[in-house]
Amino acid sequence: MNDGSPRLLGVPRLPGPPQRPLTDPARADARRLIARYPDARSALLPLLYLVQSEHGFVSREGIREIAGMLDLTSAEVAAVATFYTMYKREPMGRWLVSVCTQPPCALRGANRIRDAIRNECGIDDGETTEDGMVSIEEVECLCICDGAPVVAINYENYEKLTPESAVEMIRGLRAGEAPPKPARGEVPQPNDAAHRELAGLNQKDRQGAAP
Amino acid sequence: MTAEMKVLTARFDTDGADRYEGSVASGGYASWKKALGMNPADIVETIKTSGLRGRGGAGFPTGMKWGFVNREDTPTYLVCNADEGEPGTFKDRELMERDPHSVIEGMAIAAYAIGCREMYIYMRGEFGYAARQMERAAAEAYDNGALGRDVFGSGFNLDMIVHRGAGAYICGEETALLESLEGRRGQPRLRPPFPAQKGLYQRPTVVNNVETLACVPHIIQRGSDWFRGIGTEKAPGTKMFSVSGDVERPGNYEVPFGTSARVLIEELAGGVSGGKTLKAFTPGGASSTPIFGPDKLDVAMDWESVQAAGSLLGTGAIMVWADDACILRSMLRFTHFYAHESCGKCTPCREGTYWLEQMFSRLESGRGRDEDLAVMMDVQANIAGRTFCALGDFATAPVISSIKLFEAEAREHITKKGCPFER
Repeated sequence: MNDGSPRLLGVPRLPGPPQRPLTDPARADARRLIARYPDARSALLPLLYLVQSEHGFVSREGIREIAGMLDLTSAEVAAVATFYTMYKREPMGRWLVSVCTQPPCALRGANRIRDAIRNECGIDDGETTEDGMVSIEEVECLCICDGAPVVAINYENYEKLTPESAVEMIRGLRAGEAPPKPARGEVPQPNDAAHRELAGLNQKDRQGAAP
Repeated sequence: MTAEMKVLTARFDTDGADRYEGSVASGGYASWKKALGMNPADIVETIKTSGLRGRGGAGFPTGMKWGFVNREDTPTYLVCNADEGEPGTFKDRELMERDPHSVIEGMAIAAYAIGCREMYIYMRGEFGYAARQMERAAAEAYDNGALGRDVFGSGFNLDMIVHRGAGAYICGEETALLESLEGRRGQPRLRPPFPAQKGLYQRPTVVNNVETLACVPHIIQRGSDWFRGIGTEKAPGTKMFSVSGDVERPGNYEVPFGTSARVLIEELAGGVSGGKTLKAFTPGGASSTPIFGPDKLDVAMDWESVQAAGSLLGTGAIMVWADDACILRSMLRFTHFYAHESCGKCTPCREGTYWLEQMFSRLESGRGRDEDLAVMMDVQANIAGRTFCALGDFATAPVISSIKLFEAEAREHITKKGCPFER
C-alpha cells in the first residue's frame, strides 16, 4: 500500500493509513513510562501499547517517535513490534474479539463459535468489520481452560459460550452496546483505554526506593 | 475425604481476600514481616531445606537458584515469571486474580533474600484482569507500607513494577523473558552466563514462576519441615493441577505432589464428560507430551514418577480426551501453536514446525500418504536436540504422541481418506 509518504532508506514500510504525531499528553505519558525503568529501552513494549492507544495500531509515525525517544533506529523498533502478536499493523476495531481454538476449548465446541463469529461479521481472521466496531482473531490458549470455550473481548474473558451466545454478544457490540460483565474479571474497556492500561499507565509509579 | 489440600488456594473462597485488608485478615503479609527480621542468608537456607522446586515446568530447586546470586553484587533483580501460556495451564492466572497479595508477598521475601531493591513481574499481555489485580494489589501494598520506602519500618526499600508482555509464548523461557523485559524481541539467550550471574541488565537475577513464589510465604511462616511433610521426598509441597478438556468439572485442584492422575481426573474433576471412556491425557500441558493413555492413570503426579512413565510433569496441566475425540486434530492444533510461537532463531524449529503443520493438516484432511508418517518422524528427529531452547524439543511431542501412541488412528486417516471422528 502506498500512502504517498516519501520512501526513506531504513524506515520500515508498514501498512495502515498515515497518522498525526503523538499528542503532548501522550508524549508526557511516554516520558513517565521511560522514567519507570533503569534502562530506557525497557519502556519499548509499553510505548508500543501507547501508540496503539493513540492510533489504533502500531503506526509508522509512532514507530519513528518511539525510536527518537529511545535513541534507536526505526528498524530496531519495528523489529520488536513485528515479533509480538498483540501489536497490530492495521487499525483495529473498537473491540478485538479473540477466539481460542486450542484443544481444551476445541473439545468443547470452539471451532463452531469461531465459524459463527466469522459468518456473523462477514470477515476473516485478522480483519475488521466495515463499521470499525469489531476485529476478529483466532488465538492460542488464553489459559482459562476451566471456562472453555472462551472468547476474549479486549482481553477480558467470556466463558462457556455457545455459537448463539457468542453471536448475540457480537451483535450487541456492533449495535454500540457496552459488553456484558464477564463471569470473572470486569467489563472490557474500548480499544484506546484498554491499550493505555496495557502500557502500564494505570499503575502506581515506583516510590523512589530504588537507588 | 477429599484428596484436595488447600494451601495456595486457601483464600480463594474468601470474599475480599484479593484486597489488602482481606489478605491481612487471613494471615497475609505476616510472613513478609517475619522475613524482614531474619538474616537473608537464613531465608535462602530455609527455602533450600524445604526442597521447594520451580512450578513453571522445569522443577529446578528454588533455594539453589537464590543461592547462586551474590547479594553483595548490587543491584540484583527478582523477576516473577507470570507469562503463563502453556496450553491447558491456568493456575498462575487464577492465583493472581484471586490472591494477588500472596504473590507480592512471595516476591518480596525472595527479593529481600537476594538483596534486590527493585522487583519485576512480567505478565502475559493477554491477562487483562490478572494484571489489573496485580497493579491494584501493588498500589495497596505501597499504601500500607508493605512496599516502597522503609518497608514496615525495617529500613528496607523495595519497589515493584508490573510489566506486560505482548503475546509471545517463548517469553515464558526465562532468558527470552529477560530479553523482552529489556525491550527486545523475545529470543532466548545463550547460557552460560546464567541469569544468576548476568540476567536483567547483565546483573545477577532470579526468575521464579508465580506459583513457586506463592509457596514462599507459607514455608517462611510454617517452616521447611512442615513443607517437607507434604508430597513426596523429592517433590515436597502441594501443586495446583489444571484439569481441562473432556471432564465434567474442569478446574484447578491443589493436591500434594504424588497424587495420582486418576484421583485428579476421576474424583476431583468428576470423570470423563458424559460418562465416556478416557482415551488420553497430558500429564503437564502440550509440552509435556508424549501424552498418556488410560494405562497411565495411576501414575503419581510428581516429576520423578511422570518421567519414569515416559513423559514430563511440565506445568501440571492435565488435558483430557474422551474416546470419541480425534487425537490427530488436537496434535495438528498443538503443532500450529509451536509453528506460530517459534521465535525463528533456530532453523530446525522455525522450518520444521512449519512443515510438520503442513503434513498434519494434509493427514487430517484425508490427503495423507502412506510414507507421510515416516517423513514426519524424520522431521521431528531433526528438530529434537538441535535447537537453542526447549521449544523445539516440545514441538516434536505432538508427532511422537500421534504416531507412536496412536499410529492405527493416524493410518486410518490415510486409508479412509479423511478423519473418522466427528470431533
